[in-house]
Amino acid sequence: MTAHGVAIHLENCGKTFANGARALEPTTIDIARGETVVFLGPSGCGKTTMLRIIAGLETPDAGGRVRFGDEDVTDTPIERRNVGMVFQSYALFPNMNVAENIGYGLKIRGIGAAERAQRVAELVTLTGIEGLETRSIDQLSGGQRQRVALARAVAIRPRVLLLDEPLTALDALLRERLRSELNSLLRALGITSVYVTHDQAEAMTLGDRIVVMRKGAIAQIGSPRDIYFAPANRYVAEFVGAANVVEAECRDGALILPGGSLPVAHATPGRAVAMVRPESWSIVPATAATLTGRVETVIFVGDRLRVTIAGAADRPLLVDAPNGLAVAPGQTVGLTVPPGAVRLLAGEAA
Amino acid sequence: MVVAFFLLPMARLIVTGASGPSGIAAYAAILVEPRYRATLINTVVLATATTAAALVVSTIAALFLQRHRFPGRSLLIALLTFPLALPGVVIGFLIILLAGRQGLIGDVTAFAFGEKWVFAYSMQGLFLGYLYFSIPRVILTVMAAVEKLDPALEEAARTLGAQPWAVHRDVILPALMPAFIASGAIAFATAMGAFGTAFTLATNVNVLPMLIYTEFTLSANIAMAAALSVGLGLVTWAALALARSAGGTVAAAG
Amino acid sequence: MTEMRRPLGPIIRRPHVLRARLLFAAQLVFTLLLAAFLIVPAGLSMLAGVTENYFIGVRSGLTLRWLAQVWELYADTILRSFVIAIATLVVTIVIGLPAAYALHRRGDRVARLVEEIITLPLAIPGLAIALALLLSYGNFSDFRRSWLFILVGHVIFTLPFMVRSIMAVLAAVNINLLDEGAASLGASPWQRFRDVIVPNVKPGLLAGSLMVVTLSLGEFNLTWMLHTPLTKTLPVGLADSYASMRLEVASAYTLVFFIMIIPLLVAMQFMAGRGGLTGGRR
Repeated sequence: MTAHGVAIHLENCGKTFANGARALEPTTIDIARGETVVFLGPSGCGKTTMLRIIAGLETPDAGGRVRFGDEDVTDTPIERRNVGMVFQSYALFPNMNVAENIGYGLKIRGIGAAERAQRVAELVTLTGIEGLETRSIDQLSGGQRQRVALARAVAIRPRVLLLDEPLTALDALLRERLRSELNSLLRALGITSVYVTHDQAEAMTLGDRIVVMRKGAIAQIGSPRDIYFAPANRYVAEFVGAANVVEAECRDGALILPGGSLPVAHATPGRAVAMVRPESWSIVPATAATLTGRVETVIFVGDRLRVTIAGAADRPLLVDAPNGLAVAPGQTVGLTVPPGAVRLLAGEAA
Repeated sequence: MVVAFFLLPMARLIVTGASGPSGIAAYAAILVEPRYRATLINTVVLATATTAAALVVSTIAALFLQRHRFPGRSLLIALLTFPLALPGVVIGFLIILLAGRQGLIGDVTAFAFGEKWVFAYSMQGLFLGYLYFSIPRVILTVMAAVEKLDPALEEAARTLGAQPWAVHRDVILPALMPAFIASGAIAFATAMGAFGTAFTLATNVNVLPMLIYTEFTLSANIAMAAALSVGLGLVTWAALALARSAGGTVAAAG
Repeated sequence: MTEMRRPLGPIIRRPHVLRARLLFAAQLVFTLLLAAFLIVPAGLSMLAGVTENYFIGVRSGLTLRWLAQVWELYADTILRSFVIAIATLVVTIVIGLPAAYALHRRGDRVARLVEEIITLPLAIPGLAIALALLLSYGNFSDFRRSWLFILVGHVIFTLPFMVRSIMAVLAAVNINLLDEGAASLGASPWQRFRDVIVPNVKPGLLAGSLMVVTLSLGEFNLTWMLHTPLTKTLPVGLADSYASMRLEVASAYTLVFFIMIIPLLVAMQFMAGRGGLTGGRR
């Protein structure tokens, strides 16, 4: 199968519900043809509303427009938008078996039984659910249901594939496996996809771009790398991955912290908020660093040690260390970090 | 106590049914003897028609009430479910007030068409009465089922291109089928066994409970009355067993 | 699937909105008519009960005369119905509460069988139950002639509602867990029953009680067969008046019944609205 997606353009799409609640601030965003964009954020951040506006399940407030390629679909009802959607609850029809579920969209389009059967067979193979065609829905496991839901959504060759937390209902192990399967499937289909999740690992794996959302507005748009290493603000830094955010005075190219000083690249003097990822730190002898602190706890998590160090900054610092390192609580250690890994966050000083 | 006052008497009823002059054949007479058979068919037709009508009107109202929130909605639900525990005799009387000689429908039609419609004591009157007590039972069950429907089912069908009527035909009504079976069976069982309403209205029409009553009191044909009761009990029991297998809980009282 | 090219602009949305409004209005009217079908006759009967002459209509004047006449003729049936309803309630609680608790605790095949038997009267028309009782106990003439005979019928008929209502609550609040929790804190079986079980079962007990009293007050199918001229209840009296009294008296009598039963129905609706049928999602 080849790419059959379109670009999506949202212009000033906001959503205010009848009770006056603002679910989404007017938002403009362009999603390229064939791209996978992940909307990431906690519940209530507006990501699902965004997805439902693209789907046509919600209409944007006046002034908002939704375009698929050159076509304005703002007033096109969902049943004519030709979007495939995978729901969090899967929403498989219990009165139809697996094959009937997958073929339903084709049947509605008046596609003949023979062609339908062939297309269903293709999708069954593609999603790896061979042999389940005549099963009823309640005989399927969670993972199988997920695949049927996906097959049903792509069967209609949608212009856009929308996925609303499609892995949330599964247990952790299965979730991880399906995540990478889904990734290769989306790449293979080359379809424009919009994926909504609150799970940052899913976002990292699947997104060409990630849109981090907060309180009905976009907090940052960027590649997984950008989001992780160059978060635009404290919210993104703390929501995506673990982060040490410190607030301090910046002088002579370094942050002045309780436990010493921390060199920063491109520093401007004054009050600053900085972020350092736990894995960016190195633990060195106290004498070899300008910043020192006392080891508070050491937790062995298998592939590494998670160490908390007190007294270095205003809050204990999280540090990931190699699992062979000899550190013990009470020890005083030095901390170093490559200057580029200290990320100054704009406009966040309180 | 349950044993003494319920199980033993029921056993006695079954035995009595076979103790008449014709013995066990009394049970067969329900189906064979023209008078009994006609009554049985009458009752089944009436109960089926009531059930079908109640399902249709209640489903329309239940879908509407669960999909929209508007002022007065809970009052409307209360009004639609209030006859649930109303006795059949009273319902019969209400039908007389509606379609009897001094009834509202008669007054309205006399005014509109110059002809007074009086049908309280006919099959149509019974139908109206049975519909009256069936609606609350069906509406409650169907409303509960609509509420439990995953809204994503409808949305999914629409993303796949289904127009509203196709959504209903292919997804919503099939998903409500267990509720239809459950509430339909309850309505059917209740209509089959309804005595109070029939007692007030069925002066010209013969239905099974009235037949049992007249066999027992007027003809003193106790064995036949018992046999007919057992037959009726079996039918209603089977209908309710069906309802329960489909997950129904609203009981048939009336 | 062909892509539908539709013109831009606000005009397009209108047919949708209009159609949705029309559909809403049509369904609302339908539902209102349905409610009217249920409510109007009840209203008519209440009105007729206080109208001087129903044939002429309300302009003949309103009166309490018919109500007074009903009281004269049927006061005994009203009181008897109350006595039987209360007695039925007491018996169903005394039997139903421990039975429901025991059935829930055991939960094995015997318990399920007993539950089946207790709830069986739900599935059998009152007429058949009444016949069965008459055939079995009709010859015990003192018993047959007393109101206790009717009480037995009412208990058989209403007990399933009480037991089910309590068992529903027992299942919903996971009473076994609470009971074990109390036991782990050192409460004796009696203390557990009193301090944990009964308070938690209250909503079910209340809902069941309302149902039992309502059903007992309105019970006709059994009672008509079981009553004697000296043990008439209100619904029996009603049937009597429908057959032999003028419409206004029958209506006034029905009005009395409505006055008795409507507070119970409202209370039941209230209970259901708080946690029962229409609770849940949304």
